[in-house]
Amino acid sequence: MGTIVAVTGNEACAQALKQINPDVCAAYPITPATDLMQRFSSFVNDGKVDTELVLVESEHSAMSACIGAAAAGGRVATATSSQGLALMWEMLYIAAGTRLPIVMPLVNRALSAPLNIHGDHSDGMGARDTGWIQLYSENAQEAYDNTVQAFRIAEHLDIRLPAMVCMDGFIVSHSIERVEYIDDGDVKKFVGKFKAVHPLLDLDNPKSYGPLILTDMYHEYKRAQHEVMTKVPGVVLDVAADFEKMTGRKYGLFETYRLDDAEMAIVVMSSAAGTTKDIIDQYRDRGVKIGLLKPRMFRPFPFQEIADALNHVKAIAVLDRADSFGGYGPLFSEITGAVMSMKSKPAVINKIFGLGGRDYLPVQAEQVIDELIQVAETGKVEAIKEYIGVRE
Amino acid sequence: MSKKYWETLPQGSVVLEAGSSAKFKTGGWRSMRPKWIEENCIQCMFCWMYCPDMSVKVTAEGKRAEFDYDYCKGCGICALECPGKKGKKAIVMEEEGK
Repeated sequence: MGTIVAVTGNEACAQALKQINPDVCAAYPITPATDLMQRFSSFVNDGKVDTELVLVESEHSAMSACIGAAAAGGRVATATSSQGLALMWEMLYIAAGTRLPIVMPLVNRALSAPLNIHGDHSDGMGARDTGWIQLYSENAQEAYDNTVQAFRIAEHLDIRLPAMVCMDGFIVSHSIERVEYIDDGDVKKFVGKFKAVHPLLDLDNPKSYGPLILTDMYHEYKRAQHEVMTKVPGVVLDVAADFEKMTGRKYGLFETYRLDDAEMAIVVMSSAAGTTKDIIDQYRDRGVKIGLLKPRMFRPFPFQEIADALNHVKAIAVLDRADSFGGYGPLFSEITGAVMSMKSKPAVINKIFGLGGRDYLPVQAEQVIDELIQVAETGKVEAIKEYIGVRE
Repeated sequence: MSKKYWETLPQGSVVLEAGSSAKFKTGGWRSMRPKWIEENCIQCMFCWMYCPDMSVKVTAEGKRAEFDYDYCKGCGICALECPGKKGKKAIVMEEEGK
């Protein structure tokens, strides 16, 4: 079963979309996601998919068209990056608030200004409160697998929420890696037939989307929207269990690496987790009890599950590939939120790294672990938030 | 266990009942009230055409009927467009509550 190929992250995601064969894709090109939808548009052109590809004049229009198509009753996908996601901003909330299961690979890229096309998580983190489910991927294989699973999660009848599948711009989107493709038939069987809920094109049952709801009920609709998010982790785990049966590849809400007996932990998402694991191995060889936790699902954030996984460590370093100017990194804020519920209160430090595609080097991981050893021994934190790999 | 109020809301705020906006009577927004003076009306139907809502009623025979004050917001477009008869308007705006 399956095919082993050498492909980029973009190519792998385009393949997943081809195998899923959505009814409608509306897209607008933006580096580094351009190549993803360009490949998909070739599949449309070559008749490999039945998708109606809508070429629009902006990302705002792309998401608007996706919302219309999803409300009409179609299985819908798009992809974007950085400024494109930023331009979609108001429509992202509408997709989620209207409970439309649109799936969107997001090739993470820095935001202007200054203009930069390379990978960091500023775009995805800016959209963390939009009500979209967010899955982050370490490599091309995870980006492909997460895309396939995202359709099942988003379209689950208890959920019906849009989902972003994030991967690091260029680092994953443009690097060629070994990827195992699932057979077309298996993907088709896995995602199943799309079930439309309240489709506008069901003309025998006319309905209205997007009503004005003011002070008397808006608060209740938002309360209900939060409740749906609380059901997402269970569905993500169920879908991951089915996915493991099909492929043998295991997914959870997050991944842990050598964490069970660790005294210290690094929390980091996406491609930087790979580098960190290598350095953890080196320190483990020297007897240092260090482990890693890599969140996969950032929205909804699995506070309790992460607190349970980290409750035995003395010190945690949270590495953020995005910043909140005048605040802590977004991942740090969530991890300290999780720590709040823990009886043992580990020391937590925040490192901002890799902005605008700056390389995350093994030596930086070493510096973080060396500092963590000090923090774990003394219990003292010199500076909570610092930048690593920055010219001084 | 009984459901909380917010648990009973339709998914995604979709309105499943067609034409339910008719239940929302917006005439209460009106500060100026159009008055139809039938003797000056030439049945040109301009008021019906120009009304941005559907507040000019029409009879089964296609004749101009009374205003629908449940939805008329008193914008005054009908009164402005009304050609009237021999210089006398068939629609005039009056202050509400007078």
